[in-house]
Amino acid sequence: MNSPGLNVLGVFATLSVLAIGGGAAVLPEMKAMVVDSHHWLTDDQFRDIYGLGQVAPGPNMLMVLVIGYHVLGYPGALLAFAGFFVPAGLISLAGSRLWDHFEGSPWRLSLQRGMAPLVVGLMAAGTISIARTAITGAGTVAIAVAVFLGLIFVKRINPALFVLAGGLAGLAALR
Amino acid sequence: MSAAPSPRVALWDLFAAFLLIGATSFGGGVVAYLRNALVLNRGWIDEEQFLSALEISQALPGLNATNMSIIVGDRLRGPLGALVAFIGMTLPGSILVMSLGVAYAANASNTLVNATLMGVGAASVGLLSAVTAQIGRKQFGRWIDVAIIVITVVMVSVLHLPLLLVLLTVGPVAVFLYRPTAAPAPEGER
Repeated sequence: MNSPGLNVLGVFATLSVLAIGGGAAVLPEMKAMVVDSHHWLTDDQFRDIYGLGQVAPGPNMLMVLVIGYHVLGYPGALLAFAGFFVPAGLISLAGSRLWDHFEGSPWRLSLQRGMAPLVVGLMAAGTISIARTAITGAGTVAIAVAVFLGLIFVKRINPALFVLAGGLAGLAALR
Repeated sequence: MSAAPSPRVALWDLFAAFLLIGATSFGGGVVAYLRNALVLNRGWIDEEQFLSALEISQALPGLNATNMSIIVGDRLRGPLGALVAFIGMTLPGSILVMSLGVAYAANASNTLVNATLMGVGAASVGLLSAVTAQIGRKQFGRWIDVAIIVITVVMVSVLHLPLLLVLLTVGPVAVFLYRPTAAPAPEGER
């Protein structure tokens, strides 16, 4: 059970099942496993790869491909992708059919109401875990605050453009 | 979910629709893109079915974007539809992320690349904070919710407890606090 391939598959499958509340909610756990337990990446590489993932469209955790690639090349990318998306996908497939049987149960609302703040807490923790390596001084604070304010106050602008602008600001100011 | 008859959608159309969403949705705003594409533009599912699918996506593990593609794909064309929608949703982003990742691996020690990625990383923190604030806006006014948020953050970020432990302790307590009848039901919610 010690093959690196199985490790990659196992780590991302575990994260997949734990990813209640989406990708950001599982970030601290992902960082703990990938950086601290398995030493597949450094702190800085994790931050860089997370940033790359934010420039791309679609689901915001496709960065797992790049983590897998760093461990085992292209097969590693495929294993990480399968590990991260297949278990949760199968649960969704089965869960959505099962969910219909509970239509009208008052516990559905309880579940939603109770889990909502937990998910927000997990997302905040995810933000903190990225901030710990991404925020290194006045320059990075300025970029983060500018992007935050831009997204809150200026609607209808593609968020990826803000991320790209952050990259350009970094290129200009953080060398 | 209501058993309203859904139109029969060709697998190719399903794939094309999700491929377009996968190629154009950015920065955690995928729900709005999905609603536009599936409910407003194509009418494949109605508003109620959409909200129901979203509710399930959020309650189950996995990302909203991929869970929604699987649930809606399954509703329209069964498991094969789910697979086709999932592939469409993830393909464009995967190709781009993979290309960037390979380029990054080859240039990781380049100063200019590093400076750019420092900026991108800082911007991601801003993006993630904004998305969290927007999703959490509804919760910030209620003390039970604020308490659950603070306890969760402390357990994960300060005490570094395993996520499974946090989910298994805070989750049941939070759901219990909002149990039917006893819940301090805020007015105006479904």
